[in-house]
Amino acid sequence: MMSSTSADPPQAAVSVRDLHVDRGGRPVLRGVSFEVPRGSVVGLLGPSGCGKTTLMRAIVGVQIVKSGTVTVLGRPAGDPALRRSVGYATQTPAVYTDLTVTENLRYFAAVLGASHRHVHRAIEEVGLRPHRDRQAATLSGGQRSRLSLAVALLGEPELLVLDEPTVGLDPLLRLELWELFHRLASRGTTLLISSHVMDEAARCRRLLLMRDGEILADDTPEALRARTKAADLEEVFLHLIAERREKSGPREKEGRP
Amino acid sequence: MSPAITLATARRILSQLRHDHRTLGLIVGVPSLLMVLLRYIFDQPGMFDRVGPPLLGVFPLVIMFVVTSVATLRERAGGTLERLMTMPLGKLDLLLGYALAFGLVALLQVGVVLAISLTWLGLEPAGSVGLLVAAAVLSALLGVALGLLASAFARTEFQAVQLMPAFVLPQALLCGLFVPREQMAGWLEAISTVMPLTYAVEAMQEVGREPEMTGTLAVDIAVIAGCVLAALVLGAATLRRRTP
Repeated sequence: MMSSTSADPPQAAVSVRDLHVDRGGRPVLRGVSFEVPRGSVVGLLGPSGCGKTTLMRAIVGVQIVKSGTVTVLGRPAGDPALRRSVGYATQTPAVYTDLTVTENLRYFAAVLGASHRHVHRAIEEVGLRPHRDRQAATLSGGQRSRLSLAVALLGEPELLVLDEPTVGLDPLLRLELWELFHRLASRGTTLLISSHVMDEAARCRRLLLMRDGEILADDTPEALRARTKAADLEEVFLHLIAERREKSGPREKEGRP
Repeated sequence: MSPAITLATARRILSQLRHDHRTLGLIVGVPSLLMVLLRYIFDQPGMFDRVGPPLLGVFPLVIMFVVTSVATLRERAGGTLERLMTMPLGKLDLLLGYALAFGLVALLQVGVVLAISLTWLGLEPAGSVGLLVAAAVLSALLGVALGLLASAFARTEFQAVQLMPAFVLPQALLCGLFVPREQMAGWLEAISTVMPLTYAVEAMQEVGREPEMTGTLAVDIAVIAGCVLAALVLGAATLRRRTP
């Protein structure tokens, strides 16, 4: 236990080693390894169905994994000590639709042991102040997903795992949320944010590009662009897929008896 | 386990119900409506005194079973259960929160149906009203606990509503309401002996019949309380922090 934690570089908020996950009898993650440095905004990008959500579930410790290790803030993922220090927002907003915005946040704050001040701050940060007394069922999809994000912000977690938090938001709100994410990172929070929209990638400090349950690339947006000599990230993706095919193609043939 | 989180959970569930007037109205109103019907179907005071009390236990149990199993299924399907499982909330905190919130609702429900039965409908149970309330609320709590447990076996709301006929109706047939248990075939009587509803009905019959606390009633209450606890603990075991 001691040796495994001290072997991890202290700056990594998340460290995933050779993670394999099967869902419904079919492999969803096939040997994923990467690290998320503390205090950074890392984007997890890839087409839908590539395993982003499963990977995030494994990091917050709700996913049954087949093999591999996931270390979060120096502890195994899902450790009871992490339940206050990791905030998680799923892609479909996990809130009580029959409660108001404030009632939702008050309840989750009580569970986390966070104060009323945190509730007001979270409402403020996601811009839901004008809607704080509305029932979640009457909010628009984007507002509801901001409420779900506000729940994840409660208690100032050290790590935020956000699954597609900006889907369906207008450009101005999206910009405001990204400003919030960077503000949180500057205070020392680590953020892992998934998206399938390429133009959001440029706002991250590091990118994890995923496809078919594997990590295609783990680098800064600038480095990826330079390496592949591509103009935009869409092109980077295509380039990396082609690169992987070239590499794995002949090896696959050799591997067969 | 944390009392603060349990209480916060109960408060949250009650707020959800407060926003849903129609559900609350149905929970409180339906057993009363059924008792009124029952009174006029039998239309003989002696008969109603015999049939009324056991059904005062059965109606709240059935309704609380349905409400709880659907409510917890919504929690599972809506992603809020998964969210809570990533937070410092004990599984029993959640289940006790549900039991506490719906227990209070059951108290309101039983209070209303008893008030109507004892005044307007002229129900005259031999035992004390206090014991009648205690036994009826306990059987409603049994409905809550069984509903919490049963919801683990449903994936959709369609399945959840059908759990009521699957879990409760066989017990209702076997509990001695339709045919006295002693007159049943040996194997049926044996099944009815291990069914919790049998004890809820027997307890209510005892309060209706006997002026004092009896040994049978004490055993019934102990068995029902034991079943409530067992169902809650088993229900906690069905909640998983990690899922496939």
